[in-house]
This record gives sequence, C-alpha cells and structure tokens, in this order.
Amino acid sequence: MDPTFPITLTVNGTEMVREVPVRQTLADFLRQTLGLTATHVGCEHGVCGACTVRIDGRIARACLTFAIQCDGAAIETLEGMAESGKIADLQQAFHRRNALQCGFCTSGMLVTAAQLLEENPRPSREEIREIISGNYCRCTGYHAIVDAVEETAEARAKSEPEGAR
Amino acid sequence: MKASAFDYARVESLEEVFALFAEYGDEARIIAGGQTLVPAMAMRVAAPALLIDISRLEALQGIARNGDRLRIGAFTRYVELQHSPLVAEAAPLLHRAIPLIAHEAIRSRGTFGGSLANADPASEMPACALALEAVMVIANAEGERRVAAADFFQGLYQTALEPGDVLVAVEIPVAQDGMQGVIEELVRRQGDYAMVGLAATGKAANGMLSGPRFVFFGVGDRPVLATKAAEALADGPISPEHIAEAQAALAQDFTPLGDIHCSPATKAHLARVLLGRVVSRLLEHR
Repeated sequence: MDPTFPITLTVNGTEMVREVPVRQTLADFLRQTLGLTATHVGCEHGVCGACTVRIDGRIARACLTFAIQCDGAAIETLEGMAESGKIADLQQAFHRRNALQCGFCTSGMLVTAAQLLEENPRPSREEIREIISGNYCRCTGYHAIVDAVEETAEARAKSEPEGAR
Repeated sequence: MKASAFDYARVESLEEVFALFAEYGDEARIIAGGQTLVPAMAMRVAAPALLIDISRLEALQGIARNGDRLRIGAFTRYVELQHSPLVAEAAPLLHRAIPLIAHEAIRSRGTFGGSLANADPASEMPACALALEAVMVIANAEGERRVAAADFFQGLYQTALEPGDVLVAVEIPVAQDGMQGVIEELVRRQGDYAMVGLAATGKAANGMLSGPRFVFFGVGDRPVLATKAAEALADGPISPEHIAEAQAALAQDFTPLGDIHCSPATKAHLARVLLGRVVSRLLEHR
C-alpha cells in the first residue's frame, strides 16, 4: 500500500483536508479525487502544458507537483476561474476566433493566458507567444490563440478607464 | 507515467535532513522544485525510496546582500530570482538568464539550487554560476564548507556534492561598477535546452573588455570556461579581427560533444557565432 498523508489546501477558494497517497500528482488529485477534470493530463512529464493550474497564484504544471507538496497551498483550476466569470471574455474570444479545435490544450491555454493578462494587460504578440510556448496545441497552429488573447487584451483596455489597472 | 511508490518527509531543519540521509543513504533524494526530478520519477529513471521536501527549510530561503556578496538561498525559485531587484542590480547576468529557462509554468516552481545540484550541462544556471564565480555553500552533519563553481561542476550531472550533503546557498560576488552580464543561446524552440549557449561577464570601456569570462553550455559534460578566447580579446580596443581571433581560439578551449540535434562541427560553429554576438553586446552595455 502506498503511504498516505493528510493535506490541507484551498482549491478554487474552498479549504479542504484530504488524505493523499504520497505519489499522487496534483493533476491526478484534482481529476480523480476532486472530479475537477478541466485540468487535462497529456504527457505527464511536464512538456505539454495541458495540466496547467495556478499554485499560490502562479501558473504551474499539475503533473510536476505531487499533491502532498501542496499542503497549505491555494490551487486555482480552470473550473474556478470559469465559474467566477472573470475570464468569460477570454473564453468567448477563444470561441469567436476559433482558437481551439479538439480542445485538449484549451484549459491550459486559458489558465496561462489569464495570468499573462493580469500581469501584463497589453502584451505584444511576441509576449503572448512567449508565455504560451509552454503549452502545446496540435490543432490550431497557435495564430488563432494569439489572436484571441490579443483581442481580449484590447477589449479590456477599451472597456476600462485609463489607469484603472 | 506514474512514479513508483516512495515515502515522504517534509523537513524543517537541516538536522532532520542529515538524520534522514544517515538512515536512508542514497535511497533518499531531496526534492526542491521537482521540475526535473518529478519527470524522472514519472519515467521511472529515478525511483527514490524517500523524498525529502526542503521547501520549508528556512536556511535555504531568501536573497540577501552581505557587503560585496549576494547570497541566494538554494531553494529560491526562478520566479523569485527574476523579480528580485537585488539580483537585477548585483547579478545582471542571472536576471537576464532566467527568462531563457524552460517556460513560465516551470520557472514558477523550479529552483536555483535544484538546477545547480542537478548539473545538467545544457542548462543555464551552472554556466551562470561559473561565469559569476559563484561559491556553493554546502552543509552536512559535520559542518559547512564552500566550493567554488569551478570545482563544483565535475561532469555530466556530477558535482562536488557528496552523499549526505545539502546545497544550502550560493554566494555571488556583487557586480562592481560597470560589470555587465550577457547570455545568449541557440534553441530549436523557445524554452528548449540550448543547442549551444554562452553566459558571459565583463566590463566594457573605450572599446575594450576587461576581465571577460565566457562560459559555454551545451558543448560538453559541464559548463566550459573559454580562457583562450578571452585572452585573444585582451589587448587594445576590440576590432573585428580580434573577435575573429577569439572565435578561432575557441578550438583550443574545447571540442564540443555532439548530440542528437547537432554534430560537434555544428556546435563549434554555433559557439563562434554566439561569441561574436556576446562580445558585441558586452561592448554595447546591453
């Protein structure tokens, strides 16, 4: 039997205590234990970016962190971000721009792009490409994804008065 | 792609680490950011019996300046290095190197000390440590010792770390007036390991470079200091001829090892290209 340990963590704003097998990755914990399946598991060795979540506010690979390392951490998954409504415009831009086909990479892309837009409200296309370089998409050729992120940044800039961000 | 079973201990003191090493020997592995170790475990290239989580070890945290030394705790994550004004001022090379490491979602977790202890010859941090003449602060049950970067990197994934050792911190001489740091690498895609990379320090004035240190990575089993190339730039203002001489002198400094992407001849060519670019950037203070 795998050894297990109790961890206390916050997932999408809800604090919880769970007993986790020590070798369970954060990605498997989210999907299998919590049923939060927006976090996708692709390569399972840190290359594809499909499992991107935010740990204590920063994007990270959920497959490269064991759940047990997240004791005390605040985790945010796409479910939390989508349900809060704060990335509704980004999601709609992905839809409008055809920034997804099969959708496998999309949650990782959205989580990644959301951080970029928070920290750098008017990124250049080069900066968008740089941050999504850690997320593989095998369908779109990336241009439409860059378009969607750029369009969201432009729309947010227009809708907010100068200096609001 | 699942790690084999292991036990886990999150430690809060170095003494706990030493005690666990005494009990488990080389069956125990330290996990820092885990961005290299976890994939190795997923692929079962690594299968430690015990993971020692050092993320809450106070002794390994923090960035501080003590006089002419910058001390960086081994557990400092890349993202912290990147956003530290102290690092940007005291070690501009390091500040510029961080964005070249993998991707944002890796840099949020990976640590400075983890990369140094792993000693991947294609990665940026060991080369920067050598260029910056960093000193590794290492502790074990017997006490603490310091090892210069030049003696620390000993081969492919081989360092001066002995069983039972913990890399605690890295001390870097603070960049003195005008000392610049520049890094360039050639990669197939953003975030990949460099085919060839070059981390350099030096002070530019009146078209001359004083005390340049050129450290290549991705060319051998460890970061390589190119002393002959530096000597070729020693006399007088640097002309295109000087740069060509320095590029030619690289052949005396090292013969690159080939890999699946590049032959030794290609790497030697790329190294010459990078040297030209880096010398120009150092002279232009950027």
